[in-house]
Amino acid sequence: MSDIAHSAPSTLNGRWLGHGVVAAAIAATAILFLVPDILSPFAKYPDALVIPFNEWVGAVMAWLKTNFSWLTRWLAGLVEVPLRFAFNLLAKGFKFGTGEAAWTLPRLSWLGVVLVMAWLGYIFGGLRLALLCGLGFLSLVLFDVWNNSMLTLALIIICVPFCIVTGLAFGIWGHFSPRVNRWLITPALDLMQTMPTFAYLIPMLLLFGASPVSALLATGFFATPPMVRATVLGLNKVPQEIKDFADMAGCTKSQKLWRVLLPAAKPSLLIGVNQVIMLALNMVIISSMIGAGGLGYDVLLALRALKIGQAMEAGLAIVIIAVVLDRLSQAIAQKRPEAADTRAFWARHTNVALAIAVLLLTTALSLVFPALHTLPDSLTFTTAPYWKAGVDWITINYFDAIEAGRVFVLLNFLNPLRAGFEALPWFGVLLVLTALGWRLGGWGLALVIALLTAFCAATGLWVPAMQTLYLCGVAALVASALGIPIGLWCSRSDRVSAIVTPIIDTLQTIPSFCFIIPVVMLFRVGDVTALIATVAFSIVPAVRYTNHGIRQVPHELLEAGIVSGCTRWQLFRRVQLPVAMPEIMLGINQTILLSLAMIIICAMVGTRDLGQEVFKALSKADAGRGIVAGLVIAFIGIIADRLITAWVQRMRQRRGMA
Amino acid sequence: MKTKTPGAEIQRPVKLSCRNLWKVFGPNAAKFMADRNGKAAAAELNQAGLVGAVRNTTLDVREGEIFIVMGLSGSGKSTLVRCLSRLIEPTTGELTFDGKDLLKASEAELIEIRRHKMGMVFQHFALLPHLTVLENVAFPLQVQGIGRAEREARAHQMIELVSLNGREHHFPSELSGGQQQRVGIARSLAVEPEIWFLDEPFSALDPLIRREMQTELIRLQSVLKKTVVFITHDFDEAIRLADRIAIMKDGEVIQIGTPEDLVNNPATAYVAEFTADVNRAKVLSARALMGPASAKSGGLKKVAAKAKVASFAAAIVDSAKPFAVVGDKGEVIGEISPKSVINLLSGKDRGANA
Repeated sequence: MSDIAHSAPSTLNGRWLGHGVVAAAIAATAILFLVPDILSPFAKYPDALVIPFNEWVGAVMAWLKTNFSWLTRWLAGLVEVPLRFAFNLLAKGFKFGTGEAAWTLPRLSWLGVVLVMAWLGYIFGGLRLALLCGLGFLSLVLFDVWNNSMLTLALIIICVPFCIVTGLAFGIWGHFSPRVNRWLITPALDLMQTMPTFAYLIPMLLLFGASPVSALLATGFFATPPMVRATVLGLNKVPQEIKDFADMAGCTKSQKLWRVLLPAAKPSLLIGVNQVIMLALNMVIISSMIGAGGLGYDVLLALRALKIGQAMEAGLAIVIIAVVLDRLSQAIAQKRPEAADTRAFWARHTNVALAIAVLLLTTALSLVFPALHTLPDSLTFTTAPYWKAGVDWITINYFDAIEAGRVFVLLNFLNPLRAGFEALPWFGVLLVLTALGWRLGGWGLALVIALLTAFCAATGLWVPAMQTLYLCGVAALVASALGIPIGLWCSRSDRVSAIVTPIIDTLQTIPSFCFIIPVVMLFRVGDVTALIATVAFSIVPAVRYTNHGIRQVPHELLEAGIVSGCTRWQLFRRVQLPVAMPEIMLGINQTILLSLAMIIICAMVGTRDLGQEVFKALSKADAGRGIVAGLVIAFIGIIADRLITAWVQRMRQRRGMA
Repeated sequence: MKTKTPGAEIQRPVKLSCRNLWKVFGPNAAKFMADRNGKAAAAELNQAGLVGAVRNTTLDVREGEIFIVMGLSGSGKSTLVRCLSRLIEPTTGELTFDGKDLLKASEAELIEIRRHKMGMVFQHFALLPHLTVLENVAFPLQVQGIGRAEREARAHQMIELVSLNGREHHFPSELSGGQQQRVGIARSLAVEPEIWFLDEPFSALDPLIRREMQTELIRLQSVLKKTVVFITHDFDEAIRLADRIAIMKDGEVIQIGTPEDLVNNPATAYVAEFTADVNRAKVLSARALMGPASAKSGGLKKVAAKAKVASFAAAIVDSAKPFAVVGDKGEVIGEISPKSVINLLSGKDRGANA
């Protein structure tokens, strides 16, 4: 009791002190902002003090390239074998011999692949999933994008097992040694997951050249982190009693791991697999910039040539593949063992045998009936002209209105804001962020944030960093301002929720690249396009977490409120919102991180910020510049994430929810 | 229910024993205890920011008895049973199993001991969600490397023992709580353990099911005669099942004794509080209530010294005559009057005691 009595006043003092420190930091920033000349080195980072990180990184990469070319070549050769096999099997066919004697073993027939996909859907999700998978893949044939779709799929098929095995290995390590997990794995994952996608491409491009192999490796690195997290989380979540049981049954360490822990963690692991697949697809599309080929390359080419129809069609094909892979892998993850079938072992193998038989048969038939190899043009159709006509129609009839709106927003809101952000004094921002870090998470967090912010300034990339902050901030703000009310609406009405949930599920599935396509058609290039695409991409967590947060408010609390005589508004304002607040904040956190990831990709549509830095570095294969800019972006993400999670943590602790 | 006379119990060999066992949680707990020669006062621990989950515990579990550790939540009973099975390393103290120092057993030896001599049942069942009932029960045999046919035959026997026939191919999630715990029991018995740990096995079950499972345990024990260490927070359950009970509070064992001992001679007010509402007729035996034998005792109706009062209360009240109390060999050792039984049933005796 005496502890509580003592701590109460000191907390109150601490609170005022905290407010005071933050207010002082803000005041200092305001002074530096308004009269930058009085202490100009603190307002604008002096050029003389810029630390040439990019040159250092560039030198290290160059050294790696010259001294480890044997390793990279060997690695490339190793990776290329299965990749080539998958390419040939699904898309290109196996060519033997040369000249006159050359003959080709054809690729798998589309009919076989479509049937097998439908069959997989049927096994794991019943008729509906069978239709989704079958018709989805059939549409790839009909739209005449089969070849490129299969190239993309081949990359994913080769990449995903690698990610899963690597992720499992690191996840198991992290589970068994919490110290490694805390000090090595978690920070590494944080960095990897906030590093922009482009930044992964640069070192691969440098070391492996523009080829499917470097695309594959970039995708592998990018898509592994969620598997590591899912493994650590899944293993840590296995009930202590089950771990005790494994010991009491006399399991050796490896028996405990393989027969008890991993199978018990299987549901979490499969969620990890689903995330790996979706991230891999996302990245395979983006890495078409460094030679992945496939659908991403189609999009890229069409966008560069402003061929709206083709870009849209390839984009749709990506969405179809994404939706099919997502639903299928989720169905597999959710498949619970039903009443045990003693013949299950053989039944399963009949399925595999049947699938192989179907593939072989249809492929053999495709030798006789070429239509089973490639559907003749007369049977395929393209939607490209309609998209083009639609866009043309909009442009002709509404160009003025759209353009006027775009210019209005740009001139009256975005440009002044941008100018304001660009002028933010680096030292002031550092002070404010550090003060917030100290206030929310103590000295440790303050130190981390001060160092990360100082790094951003010391690279000489302060202005582009602020430009990124501006774009990301505006996008996250708009996404939250739209997403939270939608989430609230969903939480109040099951019908609305039933409509919105599948939409956001699908939005979440779509690779980031695809969001740009429709927007760029209507709004051309520039900040407005970037913001619209980013908002569409990052709105999902704001909706989802808000809905979930409000819905999970315990029923007794609501009843307690009603019994106390709350009106509906009071119930919402005094009970639901405060209790759901931590959850909603986590949603906003996710929205910010997604905004950051997307705004960087929007460098393709001509934003001026760090993304553009990375993008330019990519086109020049300037590893130092690209990686350092990538790190700055990652640090911005980490700072935002740390501050918000610390805040949520505090909220939860105060409410006894932690 | 079996209650051995104190004399009979001493003859049974000790199966599992601990001396001055401590489990202290917190930074540098081992050094803290070593510095103090393995003894520390509660206040000292508090001051050092340590938690003494199990403090200075000494007890012997004898072969073939049901030894119950009873305590409320946070009393350290779960930690104690985990120390006894070495799922948790005790901070200091001695632990012997079959006369051998269990704390010195290497990891490989420990695995062997657990594979063949120990079984454990868990509060939340701890069934493996991805295995069927049959596979769950066979699991401990599987990790020993026993072939499929043999382990499944053995598992079938165990499933029959706990009356779950026909559910072999169900998954745990398809069973009720009571059924799941039957699987847990079958699994723990599959290796024919010499010592059987049950960690609050029935606490997660509904009251009616709990009673049914207690009856089931009594039936099983009458067949199997295992050495049982049973953890519970439910005093009635302890009274019903135990040969001996250890009562724990704040990490310390405050009294060890038969249910009758605890009811008759509670060591502290805390123990007395638990025993206050117990149905004494079901706990006390004729021996506890009898007076000295008289000359005419030989002609009276006989009742065994270890028979619970409840078992003959109706008869003695109906007959309105005293009964003779006889020992194991049929010799008359005392006499019990209807009035003393009525006093017990009405609670009048306790008024007199107090």
